[in-house]
Amino acid sequence: MSRISERFQTCREAGRAALIPYITGGDPSPQQTVEIMHGLVAGGADIIEIGVPFSDPMADGPVIQAACLRALQAGTSVQDLFAAVREFRRQDTQTPVVFMGYANTLEAIGYKSYVEQAAAAGVDGLLTVDLPPDEAGELTGIAAEAGVELIYLVAPNTSEQRLEYISKAAGGFIYAVALKGVTGAANLDTDLVAGQVAAIRNASQLPVAVGFGVRDPQGAAAVARVADGVVVGSALVQMIADYGTAPDLAQRLQDAAAALRRGMDAATQSGGNA
Amino acid sequence: MAIETEINPEASVHSDEGRFGRYGGRFVSETLIGPLEELTAAYAQAKQDPQFHAEVERELSSFVGRPTPLYFAQRLTANSAGAKIYLKREDLAHTGAHKINNTVGQAVLAARMGKRRIIAETGAGQHGVATATVAARLGLECVVYMGADDVQRQAANVYRMRLLGAEVRPVEGGTRTLKDALNEAMRDWVTNIDDTFYIIGTVAGPHPYPTLVRDLQRVIGIEAREQICAAEGELPAAVVACVGGGSNAIGIFHPFLDDRGVELYGVEAGGEGLGSGRHAAPLNAGRPGVLHGSRSYLMESAEGQIIGTHSISAGLDYPGVGPEHAYLKDIGRANYVTIDDDEAIAAFHRLCRCEGIMPALESSHAIAYAEQLAARLSPQQSIVVSLSGRGDKDIATVAAQEGIEL
Repeated sequence: MSRISERFQTCREAGRAALIPYITGGDPSPQQTVEIMHGLVAGGADIIEIGVPFSDPMADGPVIQAACLRALQAGTSVQDLFAAVREFRRQDTQTPVVFMGYANTLEAIGYKSYVEQAAAAGVDGLLTVDLPPDEAGELTGIAAEAGVELIYLVAPNTSEQRLEYISKAAGGFIYAVALKGVTGAANLDTDLVAGQVAAIRNASQLPVAVGFGVRDPQGAAAVARVADGVVVGSALVQMIADYGTAPDLAQRLQDAAAALRRGMDAATQSGGNA
Repeated sequence: MAIETEINPEASVHSDEGRFGRYGGRFVSETLIGPLEELTAAYAQAKQDPQFHAEVERELSSFVGRPTPLYFAQRLTANSAGAKIYLKREDLAHTGAHKINNTVGQAVLAARMGKRRIIAETGAGQHGVATATVAARLGLECVVYMGADDVQRQAANVYRMRLLGAEVRPVEGGTRTLKDALNEAMRDWVTNIDDTFYIIGTVAGPHPYPTLVRDLQRVIGIEAREQICAAEGELPAAVVACVGGGSNAIGIFHPFLDDRGVELYGVEAGGEGLGSGRHAAPLNAGRPGVLHGSRSYLMESAEGQIIGTHSISAGLDYPGVGPEHAYLKDIGRANYVTIDDDEAIAAFHRLCRCEGIMPALESSHAIAYAEQLAARLSPQQSIVVSLSGRGDKDIATVAAQEGIEL
C-alpha cells in the first residue's frame, strides 16, 4: 500500500480528516524548506504538499504567485526540492509528500527523468495543475512504473461524465477544488462543498481532499466534517511572506498547523465524520 | 494558370481536436475544461449555421471595412530591386489592425452564447482596442488586462480603450508584459466563467482558441490569394508576415498551405540579436514546452521557467507562439526567420518615405524581411506581405529611438 493510502486509512481509523498543508518549495529559501516540513508534521500535518515554483502560475492567486517569485529569486531549482525531500526522508519515512506544480517543469526535465528522480527522493504523488488526465499521455505509464501517484483536480463545474473519467485516471486522492477561481480566493460555501464531495464519492473509491479557499481553523473544521482531507495553502504561504526572515518561522508554521489540527479534530469528534 | 479561390479545408493542416502534430492541446486547470468544452461545442454549432457566417460577414464588410486592399508597393519594390512587393493592407481595417477580424467573430459568438461580459489581454494594445470596440458595438461589458509596463509604453491605446468604455486593469505581476496579462485574464476567466467570454487575441491558448482564431483570421489570406491572382494572374512566390503569437501570419498563410509553390515566411522579433539573449523568437531560439494552455515553442530556462523577452515592438514581445506555427516549422511548410529591432525601425522609416504608409513596428519586421527576400528573387516574381497594422501607436517609441520626446 502506498504511503498516501496508508495515511488516509490511519486517519479514517482514528476518525479524523487528513490535514494537508501546502507550502511553495524554496520559499523563502531552499535551505528552510526541510525545517518547515518537519515543523508542519510536528503541528499535525498528515500529508505535505510542496509547490514547485513556476514563473507563470496561472491557476494560483497573488499569494502563491508571490511565493513562486520569492523561491525563484532565491535560486530554487527542482533539484533543490528533490534534495529537500531526500533530506526530509532521513528523519521522516512516514509522511507522504506530494509535488504540486505546472506541466512545463515536467516537460523541460522530461517526464521519465522527472518522475524517476521524484520517486528516488521519496515523493509520493504529483499534482500537475495544468495537466488534466486528457493530456497526461505517457506520464501515466511512467508514474505507475515508478510508484508515483497522479493526483487530479475536480472542479465545481466538472460534469458527472467527466468525473467518472477523472476517477479512472486518478491515484492517491481526489483533490476537490472548492470554488471556481484561483488558490486563495474568496471564502468557501460549505453546503456546495458537501454536495461536491458526495458526488465525487459516488464516482470514486479514493479519499477526497478539499482545497482552494480553506484559510482558518473554522473553515478547516467545516470541511473536515464532510471530506477525508483538508488542504490549506495560501494562509500558510502568507505567513511565510510575513515572517520569512523571522528565526522562528518554522515554529510559527507548526503552531498554525496545530491550530488547524485542533479545529478539525474538534469538528470531527463533536459532529462525527459523516 | 488556373486560379482556385476555394480551399478544401480537409487538405489543409489542421485538426478538430486542437492538435497540430504534437503541439496544441488543452493544458489547463480542471475548472477551465468545462468552459472550453462549452466554447468548442458552441463554435462547432455556429460553424454549421449560415446565420453565424452571415452575421460575421456583415460586420466584416460594414463595420470593419473588408475587403482590405492589396497594394502594390511600387517605390519600395524599386528600392529593393527585385520581386514585386504587395502589401495586404490590414492597417486599413477598422481600429487599424488585423485584430478586429478575430474580435468581431468571437464577440458575435459570445453574444450567441448569452455571455454579457468580455475579457481580453493585450500587449501593444491593438487587441485590447479591437475588443473594446466590438464590446461597445454589441453593448457588452469589457475588461482588458495589460502588463503594467505595456500600459506605460502604450498610453494612447490605453486611453482609447477607456474612451470606448472598457476597463483597463494594469497587471503588476511577473514581467509586467503580455504573458502576465494572459495569466491574469485566465485567472479572471476561471473565477467568472458563468457569465464571461474570454476573447484571446492570438492563435495561442488552449483548444479551441488556436483553431477558432485561425479560422477567423483566414479572411486575410482568402482575400489576399484572390487579389494577388487577379493582379498577377498567378500565385506569389512568397507570403511574409510577422509572428508574435502568430495570428496575422496564420491568417494569411493558411489559405496558401496547399499551394506548395508558395513559400511562407514568418518573421520573429530578433530584438537586439539572437546572440544577445534579448529577443522574442521562440521558433528560432526556443524549444517545445507548455504555457498558457498549449504545447508549442517557448523561450524558457533549462528547468522550464519562462524567460524574459525583448522586442522594440510590444506586440511581438511574447515568449510563446501559436501551436500551429510550431507544427508548420517542424514539417518544414513554413520558414521562420528573425529581424532585429534596428532592421525593423529602418524598414518603418523606408515604408513611411517610399510609400506614405506608416506601418506598426510588428509589421515593420515583415517589411524588412520582405525587402531582403525580394532582392534575392526576380522582378517577374511577387511577394505578398501582411501589413498587419498601422504605426500610429508606435510613434513615441520610434521618436524615442531618435532622442525625440513627443
